[in-house]
Amino acid sequence: MTVAGTPAVATRVGRPLLGGRRFSLDWVGVLPFFAYVGIFLLLPTAVVGIGAFFNADGSFTLDNYAHLSRSYVFKATITTTLLSLVTALGGAFFGALLAYAIVTGNPHGMLRRLVVSASGVLAQFGGVTLAFAFIASIGSAGFVYLFAQSHGFDYYAHGIWLFELSGVALVYLYFQIPLMVLVFLPALDGIKPQWREATESLGGNTWHYWRYIAGPILFPSFIGAVLLLFANSFSAYATVNALINQGSPVLSQQIAAAISSEVGAAEPGFAKAIAIEMIVIVTVVTILYTLLQRRTARWL
Amino acid sequence: MAVAMRSVQRTRRIKLQVFRIVVFALAAVFFLIPLAAMVEFSTRGINGERTLEYWTSIVQYPDMIKAIIASVQLALITSVAMLVLLVPTMVWVRLKLPQLSRIVEFVCLLPLTIPAIVLVTGLFPMYIWLGTNVSDSILTLAFAYVVLVLPYCYRAIDAGLGAIDVKTLSEAARSLGASWLTVMWRVIVPNISNAILNATLLSVALVLGEYTVANVLLYSNLQVELVHLGRANAGVSIAVAVASLMFAFVLLVGIAFVGGRRRRTQSEAVTNLGKGPVQGSAG
Amino acid sequence: MIQRSGVEVRLENLVRRYGTVTALDGLSLTIAPGELVALLGPSGCGKTTALRLLAGLEEADGGRVVVAGKDVTGLPTNRRNVGMVFQAYSLFPHMVAWENVAFGLQMRKVGTEERKKRALEALELVGLGRVANRYANQMSGGQQQRVALARALAIRPQVLLLDEPLSALDAKVRARLRDEIRRIQLEVGITTLFVTHDQEEALAIADRVGVMQLGRLEQLGPPTLVYTRPATPFVAEFVGLTNRLAGTVKGGSVEVRGVQLPLVQPDIADGPATALVRPEAVTLIGRGDAEEGPLVGTVLTVAFLGAVSRVTVDLGDTTVLAQMPTSAASQHPAGTKVRLELRSDPVLIQREEPASAAS
Repeated sequence: MTVAGTPAVATRVGRPLLGGRRFSLDWVGVLPFFAYVGIFLLLPTAVVGIGAFFNADGSFTLDNYAHLSRSYVFKATITTTLLSLVTALGGAFFGALLAYAIVTGNPHGMLRRLVVSASGVLAQFGGVTLAFAFIASIGSAGFVYLFAQSHGFDYYAHGIWLFELSGVALVYLYFQIPLMVLVFLPALDGIKPQWREATESLGGNTWHYWRYIAGPILFPSFIGAVLLLFANSFSAYATVNALINQGSPVLSQQIAAAISSEVGAAEPGFAKAIAIEMIVIVTVVTILYTLLQRRTARWL
Repeated sequence: MAVAMRSVQRTRRIKLQVFRIVVFALAAVFFLIPLAAMVEFSTRGINGERTLEYWTSIVQYPDMIKAIIASVQLALITSVAMLVLLVPTMVWVRLKLPQLSRIVEFVCLLPLTIPAIVLVTGLFPMYIWLGTNVSDSILTLAFAYVVLVLPYCYRAIDAGLGAIDVKTLSEAARSLGASWLTVMWRVIVPNISNAILNATLLSVALVLGEYTVANVLLYSNLQVELVHLGRANAGVSIAVAVASLMFAFVLLVGIAFVGGRRRRTQSEAVTNLGKGPVQGSAG
Repeated sequence: MIQRSGVEVRLENLVRRYGTVTALDGLSLTIAPGELVALLGPSGCGKTTALRLLAGLEEADGGRVVVAGKDVTGLPTNRRNVGMVFQAYSLFPHMVAWENVAFGLQMRKVGTEERKKRALEALELVGLGRVANRYANQMSGGQQQRVALARALAIRPQVLLLDEPLSALDAKVRARLRDEIRRIQLEVGITTLFVTHDQEEALAIADRVGVMQLGRLEQLGPPTLVYTRPATPFVAEFVGLTNRLAGTVKGGSVEVRGVQLPLVQPDIADGPATALVRPEAVTLIGRGDAEEGPLVGTVLTVAFLGAVSRVTVDLGDTTVLAQMPTSAASQHPAGTKVRLELRSDPVLIQREEPASAAS
């Protein structure tokens, strides 16, 4: 700010030169990162996007997209979206409760550290071992079931739903709730105690506080977390595959089936078309979220 | 009247305590029972007695041992590669190219919207090429894993960098004659060590639990091998799964405690570990 | 916004303990209608606890809170009708300024039109009509605190509580907003309790200042009296700067470096003691080159504070602070020899008793 003495000419000549050189040097610093994500993130995505327009013998086609109208793909789309929505909302709800129970305790306490650490592990827990953990506990030979049955509560009276979508949804909560805890804790930490005290001094009670202050403030973070959980469920593969290995009810299974069909009818182009469909759905949800956020939260 | 007053506040405190206890109890039931079932199963003998047979016989499955070693190596390589790639870039963007920060954030969070199964569809031809021309080692999976861990690590490190004044710190260090390497290694990294630990742990947990990519690319990592072995000997398979969960958990708890002690000796500025949207609203 | 005249507030023998720590140890304080009392003290002295008890944000372990003759000890905050301004960050971030101000009215079921009208009036009162549609993160710290003040006043509370409302602001804004608060408080005529650790703030704004330590009121009185006639050594040291000079008490006065000074409490026993002497009571006389004596020394530094300057003089065995108009101080640059004179104001005595809590 205090370069008043600098001759104007020197500034005019020196700036673009210096600026230009620094400009290019600065960009060198981020080159490795963009090169890496270019090769291992954007390129594969592009491969998928372009590959979806080619059939097995390498000629251009729109058939792969046309095949998306097959009834089982349509059904899988609905199923996957519903499953993701339900597990996202359920995980978000219970995860938020758990996160709230954590933040109301000691911020440096043992309990908080344990729960957060466990959440870090369990949010990534999935696949066949998770499926087994549920089969061994609440499955038809699991001790929870045997215990419940012996006390007159037969929760499989109408069929063993553990291997149906409702079972998958329950199992998904096992990693959705911890994920919610991880992503929602920072938002809860951002709530200032003064807001509650201010509400009270202005005549509001607990209900007013949640209805008019804490609720609206947390809402954008909550919806953002729901979105993340939705995407997480949407892309899950290993867990559902371990529980339901017939009929490929969700899209990720359809992709896997189309890549390496065991009956020999691999359709790589079709797999990519389904992949694009999945990206489009998640993107649409993300855009909806962004619009909603922009409408509800101009204060962010 | 004083008694009435006390009861207002005490009732609220009691209500909160009851709420917390109920929530924690339900969470414990939901999360511990399946784990307990696994532990129980992995220690069950043929005649119903308790035995560690499955656990001790893990060593008799060389494929399993190989897969465990591979996964641990992958976790290590992925974490290091992620840090080397992400930390300098994010610091650099904060210092020199703030106009890029939105793009970097977008790219880093992109893998959240691209399911692993989709990514692997695109990676498939690349790995065929890699396998025939460079190396078909299972460790090449690390290339894909770095991408998978990006969103989680980005958030963790971003929170860490947000809690310190990167610009002032590095300008101070530069003015004292430090090179960029020194700034990074001696000034920035020690100040975001918590965030780096968090990011590392999330990567380790993710890599140890990864199945989809390895399975589609036909590599036998821990999870893939668990599925294989599960068909032959479920008991051993579950024992390994429990062991890997416990390993990740102990690692996380250990780090949390190291981090916790650190945080207490430092200032309170780092209480907001995450970057909640709410955080910025106050300033 | 026309305010009804203020009400009387009485804190009667309030006690508050946190585990084994006693935050308030029988505090009694009566605030006259429309009066502004500032509670001043170091952190942990109980001043904030007192305010929170009055607000109903904490429960008393003993004692009563009486507002306008009515015992409100058992009432929760939201039924006490108090307006409160916090240290910082208390504005609701998702509401614009006028919505923040209108919130309390909404809680009181005031109609939408009326609410907005009164909110804008309150914002005008604090001089912020033009930022009515801004969010907290679009306002400066000073503006946020003004909005918080408007929000507290909009509900036409019986009592206004200010909990270190200026401490998060920078010096210039702080001084301006301080005067602004006082102007508005006088205009509205509301009974006000102001808590601060900044003695300058307390002395400038309050009708009466209460200095607190360890959960007790050390002294309560008009600012000038608290400053010129501190009741206890703690008050003397906490309010304003003080020189601690060794002396001897004898027969109702104290001898300090050859000068006899009167005592605030004349009934003190004879013997060695420390006299607390204000920097303003020390004057400098120049050209003392040849002189020697207990009050002759060398100027170490001259700190320029604006209209006044503070001079540090080295007396060999101790240093003494003197405060005077800058024009006077400029005659004694660092390094010159000077002789001190002590004005014979009554001084307080501190005996070398077990570790005084201050400093």
